[in-house]
Amino acid sequence: MKPRGNFWSKLAHGFAPSIMDGDSCQIGYTESRGVSIQIENLNKSFGDNHVLRDVNLNIEPGETFSIIGPSGTGKSVLLKHIVKLEKADSGRILINGQDINDEQPDVPQDFRYSMVFQSSALFNSLTVGENVGLWLREKRICGEIRIRRIIREKLRLVGLESKEDMRTSELSGGMKKRVAIARSLAMNPDLILYDEPTAELDPVTSDELARVIMELKREVNLTTIIVSHDLNFALYLSDRVAMMHDGQVVAIGTPEEIKKSQNPLVRKFIYTTTKGIQGERD
Amino acid sequence: MRVFTFIGGKLLNVAQGLGEMLALLCETVYYFKDAPRNLTSIFRQMSIIGIGTLPIAMLVALFVGMVLSVQTGSELALYGTQEAIGAIVGMSMVKELGPVMTSLLVAGRIGSAMAAEVGAMQVYEEIDALKTLEISPVRYLAMPRLIACLLVVPALVVFSIIIGVIGGGVVADVNPRIDVPFTVYYDNMIRALNYKEIFKGLLKAMVFGGIIAHVGCYVGFKTSGGARGIGESTTRSVVLCFLLIMVANYLLTRFML
Repeated sequence: MKPRGNFWSKLAHGFAPSIMDGDSCQIGYTESRGVSIQIENLNKSFGDNHVLRDVNLNIEPGETFSIIGPSGTGKSVLLKHIVKLEKADSGRILINGQDINDEQPDVPQDFRYSMVFQSSALFNSLTVGENVGLWLREKRICGEIRIRRIIREKLRLVGLESKEDMRTSELSGGMKKRVAIARSLAMNPDLILYDEPTAELDPVTSDELARVIMELKREVNLTTIIVSHDLNFALYLSDRVAMMHDGQVVAIGTPEEIKKSQNPLVRKFIYTTTKGIQGERD
Repeated sequence: MRVFTFIGGKLLNVAQGLGEMLALLCETVYYFKDAPRNLTSIFRQMSIIGIGTLPIAMLVALFVGMVLSVQTGSELALYGTQEAIGAIVGMSMVKELGPVMTSLLVAGRIGSAMAAEVGAMQVYEEIDALKTLEISPVRYLAMPRLIACLLVVPALVVFSIIIGVIGGGVVADVNPRIDVPFTVYYDNMIRALNYKEIFKGLLKAMVFGGIIAHVGCYVGFKTSGGARGIGESTTRSVVLCFLLIMVANYLLTRFML
């Protein structure tokens, strides 16, 4: 497609030069590099409801880390703290050793994070391509020619080549999730977070999504955090898994260690999510 | 004691709401500096507000002008002073009816739609998504809407005034009880109106436009609780817009007298 460069296009973009022409990007737009995350004694309450209780976690650079547990145990709230959508009552979160809530850091924060929301959170007024390129265009990161190339590349990574002109309303649930992932990838994030990625998806689509995330794990060097109550999904994808219960991390380990855990809360969760309801055992 | 606690709580809520609205307004105005690179969004909003509202605003203005003419003209005819009808309809439309009526119409049609759209974005995590993309929701959503309303509502008011005045003139001419020729009606109106009055009417329209966009976005940003929350926000934005437009109308009229 011919890049937009006529008068009306320039007028619509306020004659800002970086968006119209050129194939270059800002110096800071580097490839993804996995980051380390330390969560220290994190606490959060909403009124009388103590949602997070002294949460401590260490996540290694490039690791795929899942947080599992029943609904209402504080998994998504924890995720929102990492992307600064919530502020902790106490405790801190360090990314590459830097406190993310430090207003005046000694060294400027040199990492990008992105989140794939449970509802995908795509913008209905924009096409698939416009959704994916939103951050690049709004932040004036690259020239228009390069942006279009990045959009195509990110959509290819999630298996949605040539879908950039589709409206988001025309997409299935699984495709929406993949567009949301492509939108996140357009930032070249060092950290990507998935909030209940398989929620509202059928098993076949969940499997497709798992393959997309697995593929990304191979092709892109980034740290991944997945919050899910889909045990199989988390165990399949993750290097390590933590289980949360009642606002606390009650178990942490590799998928094999979690499967063999003797912690009654973990066993109960595994049993109910793989066998059936708790009442069937009695 | 409980009564005082209740009243105190309500007053605190109102004070908090006003503070939040003021903070949002300041932030929105701050992002006016980014308007040149968001012209696409601003034009889109202007088109939604203007083109969508223009036909109904003109139709309503036509009938308001006609009713004003037939009611006032009939009464004036009793005293033989019906020739003043042009001045009365013109002044009423320019100073009060045009700005207030058009703004209420825009508030009902656009203010509610803004609250619903932004509210749905809030409920379905799109606002959170903007924040994680490091895009200010105020710059991306509120600023284009506020600028569009500030520009389009006065334009709509100009059309409303013109159509209302024409409607009044036609009625004055063809109604046998009034029987004022259109040329007399027009001359009378032009003598009564001056640029200062027109400016005051358009200033009012601009303020009302600002109220509509600001309230729509503020209520939208504060939405929570799913589909029901979106519905409540829609209603709240219309009620708040109507209320604030009426209060602002009194204050502006009082200080511009």
